[in-house]
Amino acid sequence: MPLINYIDHNGNQFEAEVAVGETVMQGAVDNMIDGILAECGGACACATCHCYVDDAWIEKTGQADDMEKELLEAAVDPKDNSRLSCQMTVSEDMDGLVVHLPKSQY
Amino acid sequence: MSEQTCIIIGASHAAAQLAPSLRQQGWEGRIIVIGDEAYIPYHRPPLSKTFLSGEKEVDGILIRPAAIYQKNAIEFKLGSRVELIDRAHKTITLKSGEVLNYDKLALCTGSRVRKVTLPGVELEGIHYLRDIGDVEGIKQHVAAGKQAVIVGGGYIGLETAAVLNKLGMKVTVLEMAPRVLARVTAPELSEFYTRVHTEEGVVIKTGIAVSGLKGDGHVQQVHCADGSSFDADLVVIGVGVIPNVELAEACGLNVDNGIVVDQFARTNDPDIVAAGDVSNHPNQHYNRRLRLESVPNASEQAKSAAASICGKDVEYNALPWFWSDQYDLKLQIAGLSQGYDEVVIRGDIKSSRKFSAFYLLEGKLISADCVNSPLEFMVSKRLITEKISVNAAQLADINISPKEFLN
Repeated sequence: MPLINYIDHNGNQFEAEVAVGETVMQGAVDNMIDGILAECGGACACATCHCYVDDAWIEKTGQADDMEKELLEAAVDPKDNSRLSCQMTVSEDMDGLVVHLPKSQY
Repeated sequence: MSEQTCIIIGASHAAAQLAPSLRQQGWEGRIIVIGDEAYIPYHRPPLSKTFLSGEKEVDGILIRPAAIYQKNAIEFKLGSRVELIDRAHKTITLKSGEVLNYDKLALCTGSRVRKVTLPGVELEGIHYLRDIGDVEGIKQHVAAGKQAVIVGGGYIGLETAAVLNKLGMKVTVLEMAPRVLARVTAPELSEFYTRVHTEEGVVIKTGIAVSGLKGDGHVQQVHCADGSSFDADLVVIGVGVIPNVELAEACGLNVDNGIVVDQFARTNDPDIVAAGDVSNHPNQHYNRRLRLESVPNASEQAKSAAASICGKDVEYNALPWFWSDQYDLKLQIAGLSQGYDEVVIRGDIKSSRKFSAFYLLEGKLISADCVNSPLEFMVSKRLITEKISVNAAQLADINISPKEFLN
C-alpha cells in the first residue's frame, strides 16, 4: 500500500498506509491524523480537508477542478499547491506522497 | 482500580467521532458502542444520493473501516437496542436482557423518521428513508418507466426525487405546505428548486395533503384530500425526523426538544454526555439553543463530548452548516436563516443554476444558501462567524468578488 506522509503545521510527521483508490483525506481520517477535519465526508462541500501538496509531488496529484478551486480560493491561507485531500485519489505512483496540513481548517 | 468503561449508545456519525476521540483524549478504559443496525457507522447523507443511485455500495460509505476501530480497541454491539438506563447503579440493560456497567455514558441516539398514520401505509412499496435497510427496500421497486410518489418536499424528498428521476422513474412530489422546503428556506429558493425539478421532468404539487394509499398488497395509488389521486409503484415518505429522547427521558435527564446539554455536551448527570441530532445545545452565533439535524454538528459536538468524558473542557460552538446535492446543483448552506428580515439574491436565480441567497437581520448576515457557488459559501461562513458588516447592495453585485466582503 502506498505510504502517505502528513506533516502538520508544527512539523510533526505522520505516516499512513493508504489503499489505492482511497482518498488522501480518508487516509488521514482512518489514521486519526488531526488537521484534516473532513466535515462533509468527502462530498467536496466544505474545504475542511485543505492541505498543501509538497512541491515535488504536484505533477503526480493532478489539478483541482473548478468546484474545488473555488472552495480553495476562500480557504484560510490558500497557496498555489493547495488541494482538498478528499479530491485526491491515491494511486501506486503516489507512494511516498508528502502533504502539509494547515494550521487551521477555517 | 479496575478498568473504567465508557458506553456509547448509538452507532452513527456522532459515535464514529466520539469513540476515536476518546482515545485521542487519553481514555484508556473500555469503549463499547451499541447500535441497533447491523452496520458499523456509515455516512448517512449519501443514502438519498449516491447510495440510492447505486454509485456507492455499503463499503464505500463507511465512515471508517472496521480495522480502525479494532486498532483503537473500540468494541461494537450491533443489532442491539438499549431498553433502559439505570443512573443510580450506572448500568444499561439491553433488549436481550444483558446488563452492562458504565462509568461514563454517551447518548448518541440520533433521530428517527416521523411516521405517518395514513390508511394503507403498510402496503408493500412504501418506504421511509433513514438507513441502509430503507434504501435497500426502495431499490427493489426502482424501475425505469414506473411511477414514484414522494410524500414531503423537504431536502430528503427532493434529493430522492432527483435520483429516482435520473434512474428513469416518473416522479411526483406531494408537499402539504404551499411551497417545497418551506420549513428551512426562503420562498425564492422554493421557487428555484421547483423550477429545476420541473425542468428535469419531476412533477411538484404543493398545498396537497395525502389522505390514504391504496393497492392490492402492493401500493398502486396515492389518494389526496382534494380528491385527486396519483398512480404509484413506489412511495417514499420524507416528512421529517424526531429526536430519540425516550431513554434519556425515562432515566430523568433534562429533555426539551432533545437532550439538554451545555456547551461541553454535558447533560445534568456528570457522567453522561449527549451529542448529535438528539442534543439540544447552546449556540453563541445565534444566542439561543439549537437542535440540529446535521453531520458536522454530530462530529464536532462529539469531540467536545469525548473531551468532557476525559475531564477536559473543549467548547462546542460551531456555525451550523448543511449541504444538499440534487442533479447538477450543489447547495451549501451557511448558518440558520430563521428570523431574517431581508434576503439578497446574488446571481440569476430565475433562469440559471448558479446564485446565492443571503439572509440578513438588521444589516448583519445570518445565513446564506449558495447554489454552485462555493466561494460565496466559504466567505459567508466567515462573514457570519466573524460578524463582519455587509452592505446589501454590494452582496448583490456580481462584479464585486465575494472575497472583498471580508475586507
